[in-house]
Amino acid sequence: MSYLHWAIVAPLFLSIFIPIFYKVFRRIHTGWFVLPLPILLFVYFLSFLPVTMSGKTMMESMNWIPSLGINFTAKVDGLGLLFSLLITGIGALVVLYSIYYLAKDKEKLNQFYVYLLLFMGAMLGVVLSDNLIVLYAFWELTSFSSFLLIGYWYEREKSRYGAQKSMLITVFGGLAMLGGIILLYIMTGTFSVTEVISQANEIFNHALFVPALICILLGAFTKSAQFPFYIWLPDAMEAPTPVSSYLHSATMVKAGIYLVARFTPVFGEHSLWFWLVSGVGILTLIWGSIFAVKQTDLKAILAFSTVSQLGLIMSLLGVGAAALHYEFLDDNIFTVAVTAAVFHLINHATFKGSLFMAAGIVDHETGTRDIRKLGGLMHFMPITFTISIIGTFSMAGIPPFNGFLSKEMFFTAMVHVIEMDIFNLETLGILFPVFAWIASIFTFVYSMILVFRTFTGKYQPEKLDKKPHEAPIGMLISPVILVSLVIIFGFFPNLLSHSLISPAMASILPSLLGPGEEFMVHISFWHGFTIELFMTLGVVILGIILYKTHSKWKKIYQAIPDKLALNRFYDSLLEGVQLGSHKLTKSYMNGSIRSYLVYIFAFFIFILAATLIGKNAFKLDTSNVSAIGVYEVVLAIFVVVGSISILFVKSRMTSIILLGAVGYTVSLFYVLFRAPDLALTQLVIETISVALFLVCFYHLPKLRKFETRMRFRLTNALISVGVGAMVTLIALSAHSNKLFDSISKYYVENTYTEAAGKNMVNVILVDFRGFDTLFEITVLAIASLGIFGMIKLRLNRRKEG
Amino acid sequence: MEIIMAFVIGILFMTATYLMLSKSLLRIIVGTGLLSHGAHLLILTMGGLKRGDAPILGGDAVSYTDPLPQALILTAIVISFGVTAFFLVLAYRSYQELGTDNVEEMRGTEKDD
Repeated sequence: MSYLHWAIVAPLFLSIFIPIFYKVFRRIHTGWFVLPLPILLFVYFLSFLPVTMSGKTMMESMNWIPSLGINFTAKVDGLGLLFSLLITGIGALVVLYSIYYLAKDKEKLNQFYVYLLLFMGAMLGVVLSDNLIVLYAFWELTSFSSFLLIGYWYEREKSRYGAQKSMLITVFGGLAMLGGIILLYIMTGTFSVTEVISQANEIFNHALFVPALICILLGAFTKSAQFPFYIWLPDAMEAPTPVSSYLHSATMVKAGIYLVARFTPVFGEHSLWFWLVSGVGILTLIWGSIFAVKQTDLKAILAFSTVSQLGLIMSLLGVGAAALHYEFLDDNIFTVAVTAAVFHLINHATFKGSLFMAAGIVDHETGTRDIRKLGGLMHFMPITFTISIIGTFSMAGIPPFNGFLSKEMFFTAMVHVIEMDIFNLETLGILFPVFAWIASIFTFVYSMILVFRTFTGKYQPEKLDKKPHEAPIGMLISPVILVSLVIIFGFFPNLLSHSLISPAMASILPSLLGPGEEFMVHISFWHGFTIELFMTLGVVILGIILYKTHSKWKKIYQAIPDKLALNRFYDSLLEGVQLGSHKLTKSYMNGSIRSYLVYIFAFFIFILAATLIGKNAFKLDTSNVSAIGVYEVVLAIFVVVGSISILFVKSRMTSIILLGAVGYTVSLFYVLFRAPDLALTQLVIETISVALFLVCFYHLPKLRKFETRMRFRLTNALISVGVGAMVTLIALSAHSNKLFDSISKYYVENTYTEAAGKNMVNVILVDFRGFDTLFEITVLAIASLGIFGMIKLRLNRRKEG
Repeated sequence: MEIIMAFVIGILFMTATYLMLSKSLLRIIVGTGLLSHGAHLLILTMGGLKRGDAPILGGDAVSYTDPLPQALILTAIVISFGVTAFFLVLAYRSYQELGTDNVEEMRGTEKDD
């Protein structure tokens, strides 16, 4: 194991010791023991910056299951490093925040930090694995730890509901992704991402290419809360706020983004990829932004906003993949979409993390997150207000914050879509900038609602449980650091362009780079009077108008969204599946032995008839039959009449006697067919059986008056005729298809010479095949012991008595 | 003869199945009795019928019937007897305890406790 492997699994290892720290050092908040690790890892990952900036990657491999090609290969390239820094950096800030957010003596801190560390390790594993199976394993671990974290307050109904929902949806996507991984393996013969990318051109026309593409995208869309799978994210807000801030805004929901970026070199050239990624992304963007305006809960607004921003990044990645079609251009303007995606990814992590933390502070200090109860908090919480206003302005895309820059680049990319001359974009392309623009207006509106409804307006102390006041300093450190980054990246965006964005782009679009080249990224604040600037102006003006008139038009929401609510669809789907399977099981598992026998017999008839017909196996060959004797025919008639009349007699006694008669006839058959031992045994046993029958049922007089004739049922009759016919048919064809002679010649010749006996049947029973007899004796012994036990052992009676 | 026997066996199977699909426990056991008769006769028939003398050395027979199916049937008879006896006593006991021999009325234990 290299240092890199240790870095990935370090959080998992530390999680083992957390309960010990929690038990031993009860007076120290457990979070302090966690905090050093993400900081250390952050510093460690920073040391990779020179490597990726020079265009190199770092690979470390460790054998896990080499015979299946599954090795724990860790790879650090631009993209992986960017995500690792986000995970560890924001992880450290979130741990610090949680130390002040979660009370030491009220919460189960040991569980919280174990889950959080599990998640951190899993997430590092996802972004740094080069092996797809290992990536999948870590992927599921993120779903799992997220499930645990959402259900952290498991005594609350809503937490459990949210946890279950996110689990079902993300695991569904994860499973689809596993399918995609296996399809890729079938096509390429390797689980290594690097090698899959190198074979991208060869598999492009493979029949499994499109199914693999769809499967992988399902995984990405469910994890990154894209339409229509976003519904788990708003319900995941039941988690503690540090969790929402970390998992559901900055890291886990970006795992899908990571996956799409990672697989862009493989699938990016396909038109389906473009349409799915950018189409679903832009739909999610507009859908999320419109629905965010409707919410009244701070975290719900932020959740829908996350959905919408993730859609934005996703659509940028889709448009960026189209750049692969313009490889011939020296100045490929379409790569700007990828630049914007990476840049916005960083920006979103900073401002959304700080906004969640601010919302957590408001919740913590006032006791509610409902914006209808909040208002006028500006004077009580000036620092939180400052944090919020910077975060929301960045989210709305207002200068001078970093959100403005990425929004400008987003518009640039969307405007470039019109210039593309592929995939019918000459005509449909106009939708992209229009959708993007409308979504930005709504983004502006909900951003304004978020900050101004909370902090300005009328202060309503009667609706609040607590007297609001500023948060403790420790709680403010993390969001202050994040908003400082918002400002720093806003003013000096090129700090990032060479160090992080360019290497990440090199990982997303490797084929566009010649050897030794790198993407020249330059993010400028002022780019002249371009169309993007006017779009932003329009967003601000229309946004302000809509915000001012919000109270007048918000009623429209009451009419539309309920019908479009996907939650209702999800709930009824879940309920319907449960109800349906319950009904289905009820319908055939009805508890009646007769029905089960009908299934069994019907299946028997069906499968045998199908085989007989399908294989053309029925054959009737009369050359091998023995002569028909008069006695045998008489006996046969006897058996037939006897057994059929059992069906029609009324009395049980008669049917028992008829069964005995059939048994005795069978023993006469044995006589005629020259089987003296059989005849003897059959005679004796039939006598005992009949006696037993009589003993059992003669002494139960009270039941005799209920005796009736069997009622005729057509299904029963059909089934039994079918069974009889099948047995006859198979007996006939088996008899007509003798392939080999019997082995009995050996017994006939050696009974006397080898075993010193003259009765062949007896010699076979005790000498040649004595084992059968041994266990047959055992069967009898067990049966008699069982009967004895049944009669003697009466535990129920004793209890009652 | 084998063809006639095949039909006889088929009829035994048919009646056995019909009885096993009935509600009365006794009829089900009668059905299993018929089913085992059918199966035994089937083994014998498939071995070939009347191909010589009874399989006991000592006479002056040239050929014997196949002894192997007879040994198999003998084992099967004993086993099915053991199982039938057990089943019968089980039915007898369930009569005593439950007061019914209608299998449709024997459903689960939910109501009992």
